[in-house]
Amino acid sequence: MSQAATTPLRRDGVVHKRPASQGVAGLILPYSVIGLFIALAALFMAAPTVMLAVQSVTDDHGFTLKYLEALGGDNIVVAFRNSIVLSIASAAIGVVAGGLIAYFVISPAMPITLRSAVTSFSAVAANFAGVPLAFAFVSTLGTLGMLTQGLRSLGVDIYGLGFSLFSMTGLTIVYAYFQIPLMVIIITPALLALRTEWRESSENLGATSGQYWRMIGLPVLLPSLISAFILLFGSAFSAYATAYALTSGNIALLTTEIANVLSGDVSSSPQTGAALAVGMIVVMVGVLVISAAFSRRASRWHK
Amino acid sequence: MATVEARGVSKSYQGRTVLASLDLDMGEAELICLLGPSGCGKTTLLRIIAGFITPDTGTVHVGGRDVTALPPAARKMGMVFQAYSLFPNMTALDNVRFGPRVAGQAKTEQVKRAGELLDLVGLAQHRDKYPHQMSGGQQQRVALARALAVRPDVLLLDEPLSALDAKVRLQLREEIRRIQRETKVTTVLVTHDQEEALSISDRVAVMNGGKLLQVATPSVIYRQPADAFVARFIGLAGILPGVAEGAAVRMSNGTILPADAAVAHQSGRSVEMFLRPEHVRLQRMNGHVPPGALAADVQEATFLGSLTRVRLRLPELPDHAGLWADMPSEHAADFAPGQRVTAHWHETSPHVIAVEAAQAS
Ligand SMILES: Nc1ncnc2c1ncn2[C@@H]1O[C@H](COP(=O)(O)OP(=O)(O)O)[C@@H](O)[C@H]1O
Ligand SMILES: [Mg+2]
Repeated sequence: MSQAATTPLRRDGVVHKRPASQGVAGLILPYSVIGLFIALAALFMAAPTVMLAVQSVTDDHGFTLKYLEALGGDNIVVAFRNSIVLSIASAAIGVVAGGLIAYFVISPAMPITLRSAVTSFSAVAANFAGVPLAFAFVSTLGTLGMLTQGLRSLGVDIYGLGFSLFSMTGLTIVYAYFQIPLMVIIITPALLALRTEWRESSENLGATSGQYWRMIGLPVLLPSLISAFILLFGSAFSAYATAYALTSGNIALLTTEIANVLSGDVSSSPQTGAALAVGMIVVMVGVLVISAAFSRRASRWHK
Repeated sequence: MATVEARGVSKSYQGRTVLASLDLDMGEAELICLLGPSGCGKTTLLRIIAGFITPDTGTVHVGGRDVTALPPAARKMGMVFQAYSLFPNMTALDNVRFGPRVAGQAKTEQVKRAGELLDLVGLAQHRDKYPHQMSGGQQQRVALARALAVRPDVLLLDEPLSALDAKVRLQLREEIRRIQRETKVTTVLVTHDQEEALSISDRVAVMNGGKLLQVATPSVIYRQPADAFVARFIGLAGILPGVAEGAAVRMSNGTILPADAAVAHQSGRSVEMFLRPEHVRLQRMNGHVPPGALAADVQEATFLGSLTRVRLRLPELPDHAGLWADMPSEHAADFAPGQRVTAHWHETSPHVIAVEAAQAS
C-alpha cells in the first residue's frame, strides 16, 4: 500500500516507473501457474529420465552394465558420431546462413514487406519436416529429381560427381532446410536489438565496419548466437522422421537406432533403447554445459 | 578547435524540403546551440555536418578544409547521441579508449588518455563499470569523454540531455559548458529547450521549417528577435498587432503606442509589437487610460515564488492580442483575476516586427 503511494523511483537521473504493488494475494496466481508448469515439466521430463536411467542398468537379474557397455559397439559408435556430426554441421550452416539472411532482410534498405514475407515463410519452413520434407527433397534432388535432371540436361551430373541425397551430405542439406529458417526466426530480434547508435558512434570514432563487427556487433550478439546454436543442435539431434523417411535407416543415427531396437523384428530390447536415450541425454547435457560456460563468458558484461 | 562553415546546405526527402539552402558559420572554440521545434531539421543539419547524411546541395568546411565528400570516420568529429550510445559490452574505460584504440595508438597511451577524460567528466572511480551499471547521467558523461578522446575538431551533441531528469539535466549542462571551455572544442549542441540554449551558448541558432531564422548571442536573440517566430518561440512575449505610423504604432482601437525610431522605416505597414513580461507595469484602473498605455483585464495570476506572472486580456483589441506582466509577488494581491488595470511600459521596451516578414518565414 505505502509503496503504491510513492512517486516514481528516481535512480540517478533516470526516471523509473515502479509497477503497482500487488500485495501477497496478487502473487498467488502467478506462482501457481509457474508452479504448475514446473510440476508438469518435472513429470514429463525428469521422471522419464530417471526411469530410462534405471531401465538401462537393470535386467531380469537386477543391476547390470551390459546395456551401457553395448553403447561401445561399432554400429552404436557410428550412430553417435553420425548424429553429432549431422547436428553440428546442420546447426553451423543454419547459424551462418540464417544469420546472414536475417541481417540482410532487416537492413533499412529493404522494404518492410520483404521482412514480413521472409518471417512468415520462415515460420512455415522451420516446421516443415518429416516425411513431407523428405518427399519434397527426393522429388527435387533425388536420383530422378527435377533439379537433378535439370542439371543433368545442362551437363552436370551431380550423382556422377559423388553427391547423394541419401548420404550424410544429403541429410545435412535437408536438415539445413528447416535449420536456416529456424535461425532466421530466433536471431532476428537479437539483430534488431543492435542499436544504430553503436554503429554510428563507432563509425564516428574512426572504426571501420569490420572493427565494429569484431569489437561490438559480434560480442553483443554472441550469447544469442550460442543459444541459437544449441537450439539448432537440439532440433537436428532429436529429428527422426526426416532421416528415417529419407534413408530408411541406412545411415545410422541415434534416433533411428532407438526406433530399431524398440520395434526391431529381430531383437526388441527396451533396455538397449533406454541406454541409447541416456546416451543422447548425456550428449545434450554436455552441449548445454559447454555452451553455458561460453555464454557466461560472452555475456559477463550483461547484468 | 576549428571553424565550421556550412554553405547552401539543403536536403529533401521524397520531394519534401527538410533543409532549405542553409548557411551556418562557426568560429573556433565556439559553442552554438541549434534550437527549434521538433521536426524543424536540427538533427538533419547535425548529421550532415557529421557526415552521416549527404546533403543534396551545399558544402561543409572544417578549418577551411572541404569535408563534404568525407565519410564520418575521416572527419575528426566527436558525436554524442541522446541516450544508449555506449557500447554495452565495454567498461567505461574501454568505451572511452575506443577511438584511440581503432586509431592504432599504443595501449598504454589509450588507457592514459581515457583515464584523463574520465577524470575530466568526474567519473574516474567508475572506470570499470559497464554501461548498464551506470545512471543515465553517468552514461552521458562517458559518451562525452569518449567523443573527446579522439581530440575532435568539432563536437556534435544531439539532444544529449533530453533523456535525463530535470536536476541531472541542469548539472550536466553546466558541466558540458565547463568542459567545452576547457577543451576549447568547437561545439554544436542540438536542443528544443530554449532555456538550455540561452544558458550555455555563445550563440543560438534558431531554426524553423528547415531554415535558420537567426544566429545571435542569447541576449540579442531575447531582446531583438529577428522575426515574429523567434519572438514567439523564445521566452514569453505579449503581442500587440497594429500599423506603423512614424515612430509609433496605431492599434485598431486608435491608441497610439510609441516605439523606437527604427519603426519609421516601416510606416504604413502592418506590424506586431512584442513586449516581454518583465517590461510591462500594471496599475489598477482609476477611470482614465493615460497616453501610451492600454486598458486590460487580469485573466489569470500565477505565483512563481518571488514573482507573480499576470496574464492580461485586451478587450478593445483583436483576439490574438495579449500581454503578460511579471511583478514582485508582494504586489500581486492588487491584481486578482477580473481586476481592470492599465498596462504601460517604457517606450524603448517594445520590439516591433513587420507582419509580412513574419508570414514570409
Ligand atoms: N530519412 C528520412 N526520410 C524522410 N523524412 C525524414 C528523414 N529524416 C528526417 N526526416 C524528416 O525531416 C524532418 C526533420 O527531421 P529532424 O532533422 O530529425 O528534425 P529535428 O531534429 O529538428 O526534430 C522531419 O519532418 C522528419 O520527419
Ligand atoms: Mg532531432
